[in-house]
Amino acid sequence: MRHSLNRERLYTTGIAALLSTGLATGLMGCKDSSKSFGESQASAAATPGAAGGLAVSEKEVVVGQLHSATGTMAISETGSIEAERLAIEQINDMGGILGRKMRIIQEDGASDWPTFAEKAKLLLEADHVASVFGCWTSASRKAVLPVFEKDNGLLYYPTFYEGLEQSKNVFYTGQEATQQIIAGLDWIQKEKNAKTFYLIGSDYIWPRTSNKIARKHIENVLKGTVVGEEYYPLGYTQFGSLINKIKAQKPDVVYAIVVGGSNVSFYKQLKAAGVTAENQTLLTISVTEDEMLGIGGENMVGYYAAMKYFQSLDNENNKKFVAAFKAKYGPNSVIGDVTQAAYEGPWLYKLAVEKAQSFDVDKVVAASPGIELTTAPEGYVKIHPNHHLWSKLRVGLAQADGQYKVVYESGLIEPNPFPKGYQ
Amino acid sequence: MNISAAIWAMQAFNGLSTFCVLLLMALGLAIVFGQMGVINMAHGEFLTIGAYTTYLLSQVSERWLPALANWYFFVAIALAFVLAGALGLVVEHFMIRKLYKRPLDTLLATWGLSLIMQQAFRSTFGAREVSAKLPDWLMGSLKPTPTIDIPINGLVVMGLTTILTAGVLFALFYTRFGIDVRATMQNRAMASAVGINTARIDRLAFGLGCGLAGVAGAAFTTIGSTGPTSGSLYIVDTFLVVVFGGAQSLFGTIASAFTIAQTQATTEFFMTGSMAKVLTLSLVILILMARPQGLFALKVRR
Repeated sequence: MRHSLNRERLYTTGIAALLSTGLATGLMGCKDSSKSFGESQASAAATPGAAGGLAVSEKEVVVGQLHSATGTMAISETGSIEAERLAIEQINDMGGILGRKMRIIQEDGASDWPTFAEKAKLLLEADHVASVFGCWTSASRKAVLPVFEKDNGLLYYPTFYEGLEQSKNVFYTGQEATQQIIAGLDWIQKEKNAKTFYLIGSDYIWPRTSNKIARKHIENVLKGTVVGEEYYPLGYTQFGSLINKIKAQKPDVVYAIVVGGSNVSFYKQLKAAGVTAENQTLLTISVTEDEMLGIGGENMVGYYAAMKYFQSLDNENNKKFVAAFKAKYGPNSVIGDVTQAAYEGPWLYKLAVEKAQSFDVDKVVAASPGIELTTAPEGYVKIHPNHHLWSKLRVGLAQADGQYKVVYESGLIEPNPFPKGYQ
Repeated sequence: MNISAAIWAMQAFNGLSTFCVLLLMALGLAIVFGQMGVINMAHGEFLTIGAYTTYLLSQVSERWLPALANWYFFVAIALAFVLAGALGLVVEHFMIRKLYKRPLDTLLATWGLSLIMQQAFRSTFGAREVSAKLPDWLMGSLKPTPTIDIPINGLVVMGLTTILTAGVLFALFYTRFGIDVRATMQNRAMASAVGINTARIDRLAFGLGCGLAGVAGAAFTTIGSTGPTSGSLYIVDTFLVVVFGGAQSLFGTIASAFTIAQTQATTEFFMTGSMAKVLTLSLVILILMARPQGLFALKVRR
C-alpha cells in the first residue's frame, strides 16, 4: 500500500515537474526574445494591458510566433519564421506600433498538429499575446482555428492554400487557390496554345482542391481536356511509371502540385528520363525558390511556376526587402513566395492597429478591410473584407541558378475563397 | 519503333529500376534486422548520412577540386560506406549491444536515435533541403532509339545494387566472417562455445548493415531528396521488403523487393499512385496472412 502511495505521489510530482518545465520553456522563450526585441523582462501574463486583457503595456506589445522549428515541416517553415522576425525587427527600429515595441514569444509547433493547438492555447491563454504569426500547413491551421475562435485571438497565416475557409480571427496573407490557379492557367493556355493538361499532385487536401479548381477551369472556361489526374502519397519517391504515362499521353501541359521530399524525386526522375522543358511544358504552383534549393535549379530549368512573388521581382520595395533579408540571414539565403507573405503579416497588423488606435482584437479586425500595404515586396496588397489579400499573379521561368525569371504579371486579383462554379 | 512498344520497354526498365532501389535500401536492414534481429528504426537516418556525404563532397569538389567534378560521386559512395559504417560501430558499442536480449526495446531506442540524428542534421545543415550538384552524365538518359529513354542514374543504381548484393551474398556464404555471422545469429551460445568472438561479430555485422545504408543513401541523391528527414521517406518500404521477404533470408529480401517493385510499377501504370500503393500493400498483407514467416523462411530447429 505504502509503496503504491509513494508511486502515486511520484506521478503527481512528475506531472507538476513537467508542467513547470513547460512554463519555464515558455518564459525562456520570452527572455530570449526580449534580449533582442525589447527591454522589459516582465512576464507577459503579469502585465495585461488596457486592451481586453492582452499583454500590452505602455512600452511593449507581446506577440506570438507559432511555426514548426523542428520536425518535418521545419524545411518549409524556417523561411516564414525568419521573415516574420525580420519584419518585427524593422517595425521596432521604426519605433514599434503605437509607440510600443513588439516582443516575440516563439513557440514550436514541432510539425505536430495537436502540439500546434496546445501551443496556440498557451500563447493566447497564458501569455495573452495580442496577435500570432504562424502555421504553415492547412492541417496546423485547422488544428488551431477552434482555439483562436474560442479565445478571440488573431492569427496571420502566410501560406498559399486551398481556400474554402474564412474566419473572423484569421488573416490569410497568402493566396487562396483561385488567385494562384486561374490566371496561371489562362496565361499558359494562351502562350503555349495548350489544349491537353495532365494534373499531378501529392495526395492531400491542398493539391486535390487546387486540381479540382484547375480541372473546372480547364474544362469549362478554357475548353481544354484533362488527360490525366493523379495523386501520389506524401513522401513518395518512385515516379517512373507516372513519367511513362506522361510520355504516353503527351499532354500540352503538365500541371504539378507535388510537395516535400517527393518534389525532389519527381523533378530529378523527370530529367533522368529525358523529360525536360525542351520537350514538355510544365507549370507548378508548389515549387518556390525554397524548394528549388533541394531540387537543384539544373533539374528545373525552363519549367514555369505560378506564384504571387518571386525573389527576382524588379521593384524598389523588393530590392530593399531582399537586401535586408540577406544582411540578416546570409548572402546565400533564398526567399520564396510564402516567406514574403509571412513578412507582410506583422506589417499588416501594424497598419490595422494604427488605424484602429487600439490593440483590441475586435477593433483591429474591424479596421482591417481596405488596409493597403504599399511597401509590400510583391508591390502592393490590400486586405479584402473576406480577410484575404488582393494580390497579383506572376509566372516565373525557372533558371539554373535556382531563381525564377518573371515572364508574366497579372493585374490585382480579388480573393475568392468560396469560388462559385469551381466546387 | 512505335510509341507504345517504347513505353512498354521503358516501363519494364522502370520495374527493374524500382526493384533495385528497394533492394538497395533494404540490403543493410536485411543484415541488421534480418540476421541480427535488431529493429533499427534509425536505418533511414543512416541513409541520410550517405546523402549528406554526397552533398558535402559535391561542395568540396565544386570549390577546391573541379577536376573531380565528374567522378566525385563514386568517391562519395565509398566515403558514405565508411562514415555510416563507423557511426554504426559506435552506436552498436554504446547502445545496441546492451539491448540484444530485449529486441522490442531496440525499437524504441533506435526510434529515439533517429529523432536525435534528424535534429542533428537539422542543426548542422539547416532545416532546408540541400541539393548535391550531380555530374551531367549521371542525370542524362541513354537513347537506344529516338523514343526510348533509359535513365543513367537508374543504370548506376542497378549496377551498384548488383555489385553490393553479390558482395554481401559472397561475404555471408563463402567467407569466414560470413560463417561466423550466420553461426552467431543461429545459435549464439554454441557459436561462442566453439570460439567465435560473438561480440565482435555483432559489432561488425551492425557496422556493415549501417555502411550499406550509407551507400544506398549516397546513391539515392540521384533520384531523391537530401534533407534532415529524407531517410524517413524510405524506412517504411525498407521494413516492408525485409519483413515480406522473410526476415532471416537474404534471398527472401531479393524476391520480396522484386515482387513488390513489379506489383507497384505495374499497378501504377494502370491506376493512380495512391491506389497502386493501396493495392500493393493489400497484396502484401494477404500473402503475409497466408505465410506469416514471409516469402522465404529459414528452416531451423527451435
